[in-house]
Amino acid sequence: MTAYLLRRLLYAIPILIGVNLITFALFFVVNTPDDMARIHLGAKHVTPEAIARWKAEHGYNKPLFYNDQASGVARFTDTLFVQKSLRLFVFDFGRADDGRDIGREIASRMWPSLAIALPTLLVGLAVYVSFALLLVFFRATYLDTAGVVLCVVLMSISGLFYVIASQYLLGKLWNWVPISGYQPGWDGLKFLVLPVLVGVISALGESSRFYRALFLEEMHKDYVRTARAKGLSEAAVLFRHVLGNALIPILTGVVVVIPRLILGSLILESFFGIPGLGSYTIDALQAQDFAIVRAMVFLGSVLYILGLILTDLSYTLVDPRVRLE
Amino acid sequence: MTLPFQPVILWSDALLLMLLAAVAAFVLHTLRHEHLRAPWRAVWDSRLGMAAAVVLAAYGLIGLLDSLHFRARLPAAAGEPPQYAAEVLSLFDHLVGPLRTQVEESYSAPFATHLFVKKTLVTADGRVVRDYPRLKYGGAHLPDPQGRWADVAARGIEGAGLGSLLAAGAWGLAALGLAVHRRQPLATALAALARERTLKGPRAALLTLTLLVLLTGAVAALAPHYHVLGTDKVGQDVLYLALKSIRTGLLIGTLTTLVVLPLALTLGVAAGYFGGWVDDVIQYLYTTINSIPGVLLIAAAVLVAQVHIETNPQLYDTAAARSDLRLVFLCLILGLTGWVGLARLLRGETLKLRELEYVQAARAFGVTHARILVRHVLPNVAHLVLITLVLDFSGLVLAEAVLSYVGVGVDPVMPSWGNMINGARLELAREPVVWWQLAAAFLFMFVLVLAANLFADSVRAAFDPRSGRIA
Repeated sequence: MTAYLLRRLLYAIPILIGVNLITFALFFVVNTPDDMARIHLGAKHVTPEAIARWKAEHGYNKPLFYNDQASGVARFTDTLFVQKSLRLFVFDFGRADDGRDIGREIASRMWPSLAIALPTLLVGLAVYVSFALLLVFFRATYLDTAGVVLCVVLMSISGLFYVIASQYLLGKLWNWVPISGYQPGWDGLKFLVLPVLVGVISALGESSRFYRALFLEEMHKDYVRTARAKGLSEAAVLFRHVLGNALIPILTGVVVVIPRLILGSLILESFFGIPGLGSYTIDALQAQDFAIVRAMVFLGSVLYILGLILTDLSYTLVDPRVRLE
Repeated sequence: MTLPFQPVILWSDALLLMLLAAVAAFVLHTLRHEHLRAPWRAVWDSRLGMAAAVVLAAYGLIGLLDSLHFRARLPAAAGEPPQYAAEVLSLFDHLVGPLRTQVEESYSAPFATHLFVKKTLVTADGRVVRDYPRLKYGGAHLPDPQGRWADVAARGIEGAGLGSLLAAGAWGLAALGLAVHRRQPLATALAALARERTLKGPRAALLTLTLLVLLTGAVAALAPHYHVLGTDKVGQDVLYLALKSIRTGLLIGTLTTLVVLPLALTLGVAAGYFGGWVDDVIQYLYTTINSIPGVLLIAAAVLVAQVHIETNPQLYDTAAARSDLRLVFLCLILGLTGWVGLARLLRGETLKLRELEYVQAARAFGVTHARILVRHVLPNVAHLVLITLVLDFSGLVLAEAVLSYVGVGVDPVMPSWGNMINGARLELAREPVVWWQLAAAFLFMFVLVLAANLFADSVRAAFDPRSGRIA
């Protein structure tokens, strides 16, 4: 088990190096720091001196891989690749274009993101599983058909529609909850209702349908027939036997996204004015602040790999047949 | 001889035509092989699948008409070399003429006769008042705007009547085809088309077509005289914008395939078939790409492209070429990030196929790897490819709207549902609400995605007998 974990952690290193190279190629080779400086300075102020000054201010005035101005080890370390890209490995994200420390911003902004993402995940899971169970209980009836049709219709609606419609109806027309905003602590609960609701509904169609398919697949297994032959009621078969077994793929499927929850949702956070990492990313994209985008890409990859490892671990916890070696 | 127009082939047009040629070749190949035709017969029998196919075909037709671009010739004196307009139009623009040119000053509601915002007007007796002015085109033919709903109803019914003639023609044609095929009298064929159980798929298609034609007839009769879906902030007809957006949505959904297909096929099948270090390298490649948050990778790449276009304006001569290139680039990026799922699926399937007897036998006979892959592996994973591509389509159409909202989608001047939503969402704060632009964008997108989802379901049910049917 320990050996397995160690190997997985070692395997993460080449992947992160790959991610690092891709982002480095995108942001420094295809697109040179000169281009970046030009965009930020605006068309009117582009002079060679201004570009040089901007690059010096933001630490981009270094060669890519090899610095022949420096001496010793600094020939390799005093370069863009080491200073801007490899430093991400020790979670040193550097400074954004406005001079703020990205690492500190991430540490403070992940909490609002979690405040939205975690309830959305938990409530969503409960709702989708219940809805799917309901459909499976009434399988091959008109209720089931209507439910599946509803799922397909819900799947076909753009996520933006849910956001805009809910803000308009619940927030503006009926005045139940604030349209947007955020406040830490229990008083801020009213701000969370709408984004969580929208987050749950926008995935209702797809997830319920997928879970229904998982449940139906279990229904054809031998142990279900045995349980019925014992004379168990349909409800007992469904809740005591099928639910437990179908939860294995559902839960392990959920585990992979858990670490990434702190990154938040771009759409929800920007529409509802949540000061989390999602809106941080979207602001960075719109301001073309590449330092933040690079940091978020790297963080996202780390969290994804963490999610994969956690998934493997969760298999051993919920399914005693699985052994890692 | 000089043409009255100069054809213009944008990058996306060329790629789309290429894709159409590939689809046509695929259809011909399928038609010639009975075992390939069989699953499609299940789609043919499915009511929802056929109805969805008709809707998709209607969208496809508009998208195709909108992809044939040209520049009109300007009137010139005799003897001079012909001059062409700078504006690139499409055949669709040409066909819907008044929809494009009848531009109002600002917002107006659907079927409105007056502008949505007040302007300073000078009345006949010289007084200056602030009031809602009459529209330049919408309902301009009416002497008295009070009676417009009667006029709307009359014109709508007239158009639908013309449409019903067309629909009757379609039914007649279908019956004629059936009569010739079955060697029956026409009346018997028509009765069979209306009632027979085995024809429920085509019947659903014809019913959908009838509805579409009636609606199109009514709208076509009304559109030259009213703004059926209102106008937007700069007075453009919303119906026109929504129809123009169809091409963008379809291109995003289909051109991406051109990137996904070769990557996923070669890498996925190679990883599964050869195993060993090839498998390791390919797995490493897709784990790396998958580990980057998708939206961020797309956003980063699009930002890079944007900077490239902004710093090298001399490479792109017209605004149309610039926004078109950005669209093609977006498809490329979506494809580069989107091939992982299919490749993983193909790898798993090929791993299974590799161990089957007929592949082992072929290898024992000394058949080359290339030949085994083409003759024995590819045909047996084709259904997976088809199902995945059809299923991915709707996701891509929806993704366009989100990406455009984030600011890394298609060019802001290109008509697209994402841009329409983005431009209109702040107007919900107005009182009274400007709802028609949002409603139109969501409605057109919803119909396309719903049709694509339903069609994908019936394709999946036909090709993958294990998957549960929708109903």
